[in-house]
Amino acid sequence: MIEIKNLNKSYGSLNVIKGIDLKIEEGKITYIVGPNGSGKTTLIKAILGLIKKYEGSIFINGELINGDSRYRNNIGYMPQSASFPENLTVKNIFEMVKDLRNNKKSLDEELIFSFNLEKEMNKRLKNLSGGTVQKVSAALAFLFSPQILILDEPTAGLDPVSSGILKDKILKENSAGKTILFTSHIMSELEELAQNIAFILEGKLCFEGSLNNLIQLTGEKNLERSVASVMMGKVA
Amino acid sequence: MNSIIKIIKYQMQDNIRSKWIIGCFVFFFAFSYWLISFTGEAAKVIMSLLNIILIIIPLISVVFGTIYIYNNKNYITFMLTQPINRTSLYSGLYFGLVIPLLLSFLLGVGIPVILYYGIFIESFGTLIIVFLTGIFQILVFTSFAFLIATLNEDKLKGLGLSIFIWLFFTAVYDGLILFLLQMFQDYPLEKFALGLTIANPVDLGRILVILKFDVSALMGYTGAVFESFFGNNLGLSVSFLILQIWFVVPFIFGLKMFSKKDI
Repeated sequence: MIEIKNLNKSYGSLNVIKGIDLKIEEGKITYIVGPNGSGKTTLIKAILGLIKKYEGSIFINGELINGDSRYRNNIGYMPQSASFPENLTVKNIFEMVKDLRNNKKSLDEELIFSFNLEKEMNKRLKNLSGGTVQKVSAALAFLFSPQILILDEPTAGLDPVSSGILKDKILKENSAGKTILFTSHIMSELEELAQNIAFILEGKLCFEGSLNNLIQLTGEKNLERSVASVMMGKVA
Repeated sequence: MNSIIKIIKYQMQDNIRSKWIIGCFVFFFAFSYWLISFTGEAAKVIMSLLNIILIIIPLISVVFGTIYIYNNKNYITFMLTQPINRTSLYSGLYFGLVIPLLLSFLLGVGIPVILYYGIFIESFGTLIIVFLTGIFQILVFTSFAFLIATLNEDKLKGLGLSIFIWLFFTAVYDGLILFLLQMFQDYPLEKFALGLTIANPVDLGRILVILKFDVSALMGYTGAVFESFFGNNLGLSVSFLILQIWFVVPFIFGLKMFSKKDI
């Protein structure tokens, strides 16, 4: 479980996150939603330890994040746009991450096969398309069967077939008890995958709960309209 | 420590295949080979090599190092989401770049020197100092590059600052020394000049090699002061200690900044 207590983050005079308290339930797919610039990526970066200067505390499985990097053994992360050293081959990248995690066994290589990445293994990263780099990034995030998966707009840049494969994998991992946190601007994805929603507006958490709760609260007829209604500030 | 070595290993694999590193090797090799085969005189070759080492190496190291950090921004973010600490990543990236740069320099200049080793037999000691100077220029200016890129998010500003650092140490600094010496020429400035010279990693490298050629007599009393300082082992040790400080201080400072930085 990820627990965030009174998180505040500013960049100079700009307050990006204003006192967020949030519990991300274990074994659930939680979708962080909010307009551009609402603080979603900053929140994810704080959980991943990429942001150092903030107020408040973040607990992962009950342990406070305090600069020790070992907790990230339990986390798989897929960024919005990945990039790797351009002269390394795909095989080198997989070997490197396995080496760094000291884990060469009990690997989940399902995505490597379903994305057909075996064919790309000896190609250098600079010769791959943006979509293929995203596939490599997705395969790396799932490779070590981490307990927590953080996916930042995971299907952006993927073709519909690959996007479907990734969504199936997300559902499969969730049914195996994994906690999944993801962001996306695609409403159909939200409807298809999300179990819980954390709605962030201008750095504040303005809704936390299930999809149905959100629809009930806004009184709108579907999820898309409910999300739009929150974005327009109709729900405080 | 273990993860630093792992990161260095993969960064080296990447950088050794880089066309920039290969280009550096080809440049050093072609220039040294051409110089030695056309000049054929150890002293002239060493002086020309020294000028290249003191001007081109700082430029290559500082510019390449800065661009390297900016171009790898997303990759650095990815690496920091893995269970590795920031010290390991920063050190791994640094040495993963510095070692291929050192190899391109040492092999590029070293192979032609070995091929024509006969002409260098009598100036072997000076040649070693030339190589050591080159090694330190790579270490020092890559340290500066990493520090600058860590402190500045803006790529253009960072690159501008890097070029300024290079220009400052290779040209502006000497102009300032000359200006100061001219201004205060009525005062005894030998020790002051010595202090200013050893405070600049480029000048320090230059003076170490020049004094090996017994030209201090041409430099008057200042030359004698320099000779008496650098001519003994203590002076030489102090010089290399200062070169180490020039590489370690920006490195440690950059590392501290990187460890505290929001990525």
